[in-house]
Amino acid sequence: MNIDSIKDGIVIDHIKAGCAMKIYELLGLDKQDVSVAIIKNVSSRKLGKKDIIKVDADIPVDLDVIGFIDPDATVNIIKDGVLIKKYTVDMPEKLVNVISCKNPRCITTCEQELAQIFNLTDRENKVYRCAYCETKASIN
Amino acid sequence: MRSVIDIRDLSTEEIDSLISVALDIIDNPDKYAEACKRKKLATLFFEPSTRTRLSFEAAMYELGGNVLSVTGAGTSSAAKGESVADTAKTVSCYADIIAMRHPKEGAALVAANNASIPVINAGDGGHNHPTQTLADLLTIHREKGRFSDLTVGFCGDLKFGRTVHSLINAITRYPGIKLVLISPEELKVPGYVKNDVIIRNNIPYEETNDLLSAIPKLDVLYMTRVQRERFFNEEDYLRLKDSYILEPSKLTNAKKDLCIMHPLPRVNEISVSVDDDPRACYFKQVLNGKYMRMALILKLLEEAEK
Repeated sequence: MNIDSIKDGIVIDHIKAGCAMKIYELLGLDKQDVSVAIIKNVSSRKLGKKDIIKVDADIPVDLDVIGFIDPDATVNIIKDGVLIKKYTVDMPEKLVNVISCKNPRCITTCEQELAQIFNLTDRENKVYRCAYCETKASIN
Repeated sequence: MRSVIDIRDLSTEEIDSLISVALDIIDNPDKYAEACKRKKLATLFFEPSTRTRLSFEAAMYELGGNVLSVTGAGTSSAAKGESVADTAKTVSCYADIIAMRHPKEGAALVAANNASIPVINAGDGGHNHPTQTLADLLTIHREKGRFSDLTVGFCGDLKFGRTVHSLINAITRYPGIKLVLISPEELKVPGYVKNDVIIRNNIPYEETNDLLSAIPKLDVLYMTRVQRERFFNEEDYLRLKDSYILEPSKLTNAKKDLCIMHPLPRVNEISVSVDDDPRACYFKQVLNGKYMRMALILKLLEEAEK
């Protein structure tokens, strides 16, 4: 894979430096049979340093996941080597089955068929809380 | 279907209306003696409880209704691995309203999301216990005659005490409330209550570790238990435990109309010698809990019929 040019695929750009691996993981890219380039600590005029993820395949990506990890990231869709669409992302109001509640007393720990739901409760401080027990989300 | 899982599920107007109904029940019990005739309350208690379950059951009987009861996970289908969701769906076929206590946080919400009848959270682990807060509010209202312009002290374990967090959320909706938060450093009100409720709503508050010096300014003192297991080391526990035990000598400089509350059960944080003090209101809280549960059951059944 030539990371400079993607024919058909997705480029997730302007990722805050250090966040690319988390997005890669939560998007489940590690489980997909596609070529992915993770470029870390690239110099950026806007951010100083940034990460970039390039996916060499036209696969659906969950914008909520990207918005949750880094609402300032951008998503570029490439078709025949041309940028055809650019998305900005935002913090989603609700996250479903993206992360799990870490509170051992939460009902989701013993009833595992329940959807893992987190609600955005404080946009300013980027705080998500479990819909069931209100424990603060931890992305690690 | 309308359920009450958290005190925040009730608007201030709805709380005021529940208080009015509870006061009317106290004055005119006969008027409500058949208000829930042919209705059934299912009390699903998956962890031990004395007061809350009996309070719900007494409430339903006094409304002329009947009670179906499950106590202890060991005697229910939960022991066979049935999910809360399935239990809620099943019980919806038998009863008209559910009161549920469960050791896991969020269990009541799962029940409410799956039941076709109203669900009242009777305690989900250390998370929420809205009817305790309703009992606390009725007690304050009956003792002080108002919710506004009060200095309310909370003492003891303010970090893990679910009743403290809920009452702070409810009482600070009213004007002129000042809070005095009395606790050891280790058990201070958590940031999300302080930031999201107290600071965000510009509620005047002070934090102190000195109960004795705080008492004279209080209209209401809400005591909770300082538990040994909450401390990281035994030394801190031993140093602090007696500071938060209320004894008659500590009430010398308290207001004559102070209202002393406790969600119970108490262990040793209020000396039994305080019980005879006319300012001790914690057993009145228990009775008020029944009246508020009656008012809430009535409201939710009426809404369900609509």
